[in-house]
Formats: sequence, structure tokens, C-alpha cells
Amino acid sequence: MHKNGPIALFFHGLVVAFVLAPLVVVCLVAFTPENTLSIPTTSFSLRWFEAIFKHPDFVPSFYNSLWLATLAATISIVLAVPAALAIDRYQFPGRDALNGLFLSPLIIPHLVLGVAFLRLFALIGATGSFAWLVLSHVIIVTPYVMRLVMASFTGMDRSAEQAAMTLGASHMTVFRRITAPMILPGITGGWLLAFINSFDELTMSIFVTSPQTVTLPVRMYMYATESIDPMMAAVSALMIALTAGAMLVIDRAFGLDKILVGEK
Amino acid sequence: MKSRALTPWLLVSPATLLFLGLVVLPLILTVILSFHVYDHSSGIKDGFTVSHYVRVLTDDYYLTIFWRTLRLAALTTLICVLIGAPEAYVLSRMGDPWRSIFLLVIIGPLLVSVVVRAFGWSMLLGSTGLVNQTLRALGLDTVRLLYTETAIVIALVHVMLPFMVIPVWTALQKLDPAVEAAAWSLGASRFTALRRVVLPQVSLGMLSGSLIVFGLSASAFAIPGLLGGRRLKMAATLVYDEYMSELNWPLGAAIAIIVLAANLIIMLGYNRLVETRARRALG
Repeated sequence: MHKNGPIALFFHGLVVAFVLAPLVVVCLVAFTPENTLSIPTTSFSLRWFEAIFKHPDFVPSFYNSLWLATLAATISIVLAVPAALAIDRYQFPGRDALNGLFLSPLIIPHLVLGVAFLRLFALIGATGSFAWLVLSHVIIVTPYVMRLVMASFTGMDRSAEQAAMTLGASHMTVFRRITAPMILPGITGGWLLAFINSFDELTMSIFVTSPQTVTLPVRMYMYATESIDPMMAAVSALMIALTAGAMLVIDRAFGLDKILVGEK
Repeated sequence: MKSRALTPWLLVSPATLLFLGLVVLPLILTVILSFHVYDHSSGIKDGFTVSHYVRVLTDDYYLTIFWRTLRLAALTTLICVLIGAPEAYVLSRMGDPWRSIFLLVIIGPLLVSVVVRAFGWSMLLGSTGLVNQTLRALGLDTVRLLYTETAIVIALVHVMLPFMVIPVWTALQKLDPAVEAAAWSLGASRFTALRRVVLPQVSLGMLSGSLIVFGLSASAFAIPGLLGGRRLKMAATLVYDEYMSELNWPLGAAIAIIVLAANLIIMLGYNRLVETRARRALG
């Protein structure tokens, strides 16, 4: 009854082709044996993948981004879980304002945040500091964590907590043994979303990274504006492979649509 | 009793301190910076001036870039509605497992870095790229696509499409398919059922999707940076150049504040619109 007609399927095919085209082309060009951006037709080569590891900048930037995203996502969880708990469970003056403040980075363009961080860091002498870069990423990813953690607080059945309370468990025990396990999917999903957003962030980071703290997206952007050779395609292909791998793992574990589209 | 009243404050205080220090304070500092005097030889100087705002809002060079930013963001939003909403509808009518597979295909690219996607388009649209190779193979004239507004819009649509599909998809999930079937059995044509039954239900999803797409497109950086070249600037690349090449921070800050203000005004205006529509929809 709910079959799509031929026109609908044709349209769908075009959309899928449009969505995949640039990613497929990147992956093909990465294997070219030539010096120019061309799709290999006769022979394949891994030389541009080797070139990445010989390039002095890409590998350090990758590790830099990995550390940055791990720290930012973790710190964000540590800050957002108690804050979400307070906002969900308590009535206190300024509650709505704080909720708005924590979600505000979603409506402030990253460009504006980048400019604002740059000004602050310049004034307090923190330009080029990795620690401050981590904190700036915490700001950017916290809204995503807040939303997922809040959703799991609001959606949870509180009778188990009340039962534990009646049986004499302390507040801390109830949180550790009952509440925390129940919101764990929200926390894990939030962490992953935060990690990915931090790892891919470009617009804000390009303002506040220094030569020592350049992240992978910033490095790639700089490289792509200066020179166009197939090495950029090889880096991109690796990124796509990593993302696809991560997507599969997340999808098996939680359902990617749940994390990206939201709870149904 | 007293300690109970303190609990929420203790819980929110670490996050609050960080957000006050790293969102509110830097934004205030940036607003202040945008009113500072700038001198090309000695840099930022103390002293109040509105000259940066006056210059940005009267000089043709800046106005052209603002106008281009608004125009391309609006065009991107329109195309995203025209492609994203029907695509979400087609997806919602698919059977499993195709539905989940294609939903992943459509929204999965969200997780791939924007730089990668922009680079992919620059290869497709370049003078020797796949599009022009195809045109040549078909015996047609090649077209200049890279470093044009067309290239920027194509890549922006590609990046923003998931943000339109997701809210429309979510709205369609709430729609009972039996309602559409009821319209058909009562004699409505497929088109009428779509227009009178499905469309009103998903229009809120389309509105919130448009809001996100417009906001993100208007402040997009990597796409115009890589596909617009040095000459076709949009607001974000303009600010970047003012900061990094011209080193005129106060002027750059003024543009950033204008971008922020425009963004907030549009968001709030749109929210109003969505709320009135929602109220009307609820009767």
C-alpha cells in the first residue's frame, strides 16, 4: 500500500547519487598513481597514502584532534550531567535562563564564537594553549550532550529511584546504582556526538589554533587552500573510512538514527 | 532544608562558571572590541568609535558580500526544502531494511568533515572535474563551475540536506499513514491528499529545518572558502580575512557582531512564526 511509485524512486536515486558523489570521487582519486587529481583508470596506487605518513604535519594534527575531542567530550559530560540533573529535577530561580545559556552555542555561529575566543585568549595570554582550546571545544559540544542527557532524564521512569529511597538508600547510592545506569545510553550517545562534533570542528578552531595546536580539519583546510594534490584526497578517504567505521559501530550499539534524529 | 535548596546551585555551578567565562564574557569583549579605534600602523587603540559599523554598512564592498551571503543562504534553504522534504516523504514510505539503510546514507554524511565534502565537490566541479569530463564526452561545451556561486550553492545544499530531512522525517513519523489512506478512500486524489493532509503536518518540520539550514548556510566558512576562491567571499570568509590577512580585528569584530545579530533576529522572528502556526494547527 505504501509503495513508492517509479517517479519517487527515480527522484530518490538522484538524491542518493548527489549525496554520495563527492565522497565516492574522493575515495577513487585517493588511489591515483598520477600527480594530478584524476580518477585512476588503469592502475591503482597507494603512494598518496604513504605520502600522508611522510608529511610532517598530518599525523601530529590527527593525534592532536583525537586528544582534543576525547578531552572535550569527557569534560562536557562531567559538566553537563549534574547541570541537566539540576535543571530536570529542581525548580530554582534562573533555571530557564541557565538552560538557555547552556544551549546558546547552538544559535551562535561558530564564526562568532571563534572571534570571541580569540579576543579573550589574546587578552589573557592564552593564545596557542591546548588547555584553552579544549575548553573552547567543551563550549561547542556541551549543547549536544545537554540535549541527549536531558532527554534521558525526562524520559526515565522514576519509580525505581523512589523504591530505592524508601528502602533506605542514600541520595548518592540512588544516583550511582539506579539513576546513572538508566541514563547511561544518553550519556554514551552524548559523548559520541560530542566527540564527532569536536573532531570535525573547523570554523571556530581556525581562529584559536596556533601552529602547535593545529587540528586535523584546520590542517586539511589550510592544505586544500594552498595546494591541490591527490594527498588531500588520500587524507579525505581515510577520514571517510574512519567515519564509516565509527558509524557502523555506533549504529550496531545504539542506532545511529536515535542519536542523530533524536528519541522517537 | 537549607542544604536541599543549595543542591541545584551546586550542580549547575561548574557549567555555569565555564559558560559565563567562555560565552558571555568573550562576546562582551568582542562587542567592546568592535568599537575600538584601529590604526593601520599601530594596531588596536583605545578610544570609542562607530566607524567600523558605519563603514561595513555603507561600503559597497561589504554590502555586496552581505547581500551574496543572504541570497545564497536563502537559495540553499529553498533548494533544501524542494529536495529534502520529498526525500523524507519517499524515505518514510519505504519498507525495512531499505528505509534504515537509506536514512543512514542521507544523514550519515553529517558525520564526515565539511572540509572533506567541500574538497570532494571541488574535484567534481573543477575545470577537469568529473562534471566537465562528462560534458566533454557528450560533445557539449564545458562550463566554469568551480569558484562560482553555483558551486557554493551545490556544496551548501549537499552539506545542509540532512538538517532538512531530519525534522521533516521526524514530523512524518508522527503522522498516522491511515489518515492519508482515509483521504484517498474518500475520493481525494494523491496530490490533494499530499497537499491537504500530509503537507500541513510536516510544514512545522520544514520550517524548523529551514531555520537551521538558513542559519548554518549564512555563517558557513569551509564551503565558500574552498569553492568560492579568493574573490567570492561570504560573511564568514570575510571575517576570517579581516582577522588573519588585514589584521583589522575591530572591523572583523563588527562584522561578526552584525552576523550574530542578524542570526538572532531571524531565529527569533522564525520562532514567532512557528509558534503562531503551531497554535493555529492545534486549533
